[in-house]
Amino acid sequence: MNDPLIIAGTQIRSRFFLGTGKFSSYPLMRDSIEASGAHVVTVALRRIDPTQEQENILGFIPKGCLVMVNTSGARNAEEAVRIAHLGRAMGCGPWVKIEVIADQRYLLPDNAETIKAARQLASEGFVVMPYMNPDLSDAKRLQDAGVASVMPLGAPIGTNKGVLTRDMIRILVESLNVPVIVDAGIGRPSHAAEAMELGAAAVLSNTAVAVSPDPAATARAFALAVEAGRLAYRAGISPSRDNPEASSPLTGFLH
Amino acid sequence: MKTSFYEVMTRAVPEEGRPCDIPGVLEKETLSEADFLSLLSESALPFLESMAQKARELTIRHFGRVISLYAPLYLSNYCDNECLYCGFNRKNMIRRKTLSLEELKREAGQIRGMGIQHLLLLTGDSRSHSPLSYIQECVGFLKTIFSSISVEIYPLETEEYRQLAACGVDGLTLYQETYDEKLYAALHVSGPKRDYRFRLEGPERGCRAGLRQVNIGALLGLGDLRREIFFLGRHARWLQHCYPDVETGISLPRLKRHEGIVFEGRTVSDREFVQMMLALRLFLPQGPLAISTREPYDFRRRLIGLGVTRMSAGSSTQVGGYGSGEKTEGQFEIQDKSSVEDIKRMIAEKGYQAVLKDWQPL
Repeated sequence: MNDPLIIAGTQIRSRFFLGTGKFSSYPLMRDSIEASGAHVVTVALRRIDPTQEQENILGFIPKGCLVMVNTSGARNAEEAVRIAHLGRAMGCGPWVKIEVIADQRYLLPDNAETIKAARQLASEGFVVMPYMNPDLSDAKRLQDAGVASVMPLGAPIGTNKGVLTRDMIRILVESLNVPVIVDAGIGRPSHAAEAMELGAAAVLSNTAVAVSPDPAATARAFALAVEAGRLAYRAGISPSRDNPEASSPLTGFLH
Repeated sequence: MKTSFYEVMTRAVPEEGRPCDIPGVLEKETLSEADFLSLLSESALPFLESMAQKARELTIRHFGRVISLYAPLYLSNYCDNECLYCGFNRKNMIRRKTLSLEELKREAGQIRGMGIQHLLLLTGDSRSHSPLSYIQECVGFLKTIFSSISVEIYPLETEEYRQLAACGVDGLTLYQETYDEKLYAALHVSGPKRDYRFRLEGPERGCRAGLRQVNIGALLGLGDLRREIFFLGRHARWLQHCYPDVETGISLPRLKRHEGIVFEGRTVSDREFVQMMLALRLFLPQGPLAISTREPYDFRRRLIGLGVTRMSAGSSTQVGGYGSGEKTEGQFEIQDKSSVEDIKRMIAEKGYQAVLKDWQPL
């Protein structure tokens, strides 16, 4: 089936994106990326240590992967922009996932600051993917700012609760022209499949893979679930309904 | 002007006599202060293993399988205080020293050579021997070679914290030592540290000044353990609530016998220590928890996976202790003398990764 995901002119080989934090070792992280076939991997700039040759995280990312720096640690737009600039100066390329988190307890994104940062970085030529709370008006503002995709959360980060924002994600998918990539809260492969069935263009996971007893196998399971969910969406499988439809229609006699 | 934690704390009356439903508390996603009290109580002791399992799960979920490493650097041990539990007590006839910039460079080079990227700068409480201008000068140099710098110095005014933040300081560590105001008065015989409230409100001022992290703690063994931890947990949650953009962390220093210490306090057992740590983790799932080299290697190894997220490594508590020349006596006895490499290996053996760089100076 010809169903490419193209972002900023790049054809993305897998609709499963993997975050690289929280792993117990870099080799395990590398094995998970390879097992999943993920093409896009996110790396927190704060963890990149160019002074380290042997223990530099970038050295463990398989060749052919697209590294997207994230601005983890930014508390406002200004810091996110500075982190993005530092990432580019380190040679990490123009792809940046904006994360602006001003609440350390719940780690929820600050949409207003995210929009500010997105406007500036997009105008500077970055390929911008903002992590956000799934609010339609804000998502449209981000789209107008020139982002390459939006990355709404499925549930609060690290909670593994699944697609709690299901209805909002569906509304974003229906309303936006840019791809919707569900990020955060995806705890199980079945959650990832659910997000894809809703029409998400891709799913990003980190915690659920990194802290599982077998990260490589879990990463592979996620990638397969994402593929299955995409196939289901394309096949037009109807979403589950709150009110079941009778198999014998009441108005059948009119035909 | 926001209320200060002092006002919140002095109004606090823990509910007495409530029956403790520990299994019920362990089912909850968010704990109330009454739940926290239950976990601190003796009735939680039979449930220590269940608490540990949940603490481990929460810690891995929020922080991943990683432990951040840092090292302390003592700039000066001159002190104007007479604190009965501290080796730097001004009455103690010990060798006093403040690092010169040249010595600082040598010390810093040694620490950086061990691979450490996160530095905690310490001084005694003496504005005359280690004035803010001196600390700023040190930070000005250190920020060129370390990726994150925190300070553990005498409490400052908000504007002074702002100046430190502007010159490159990310974090503040300030222990209240004891939340018991009467005991505090008895233990701090003379010196500027006698001002209980000014110290208690230091972390708030640091938050207001724009620091990224504050780390608070009580010196375990001084006051009634459970009361101290209760107020410590409340303090942390209050800071989180009022200053959500600041990462509020907790340290659990345990008072150890050492030369020059007048007040030896009471011994906190490993079992008590673990219970307190687990209760804090369950009450504050997102709060970083630090354990220093005050604790021995074996104990620190066992604490990994129970809620700890930060550890010091390769530490010296002496001024000049990393080999810049003459050194002083230490502030406290280092129990875990392992090298950074040994600690990294130990962390890896426990199925975790040691993270040396977790911030990028902007």
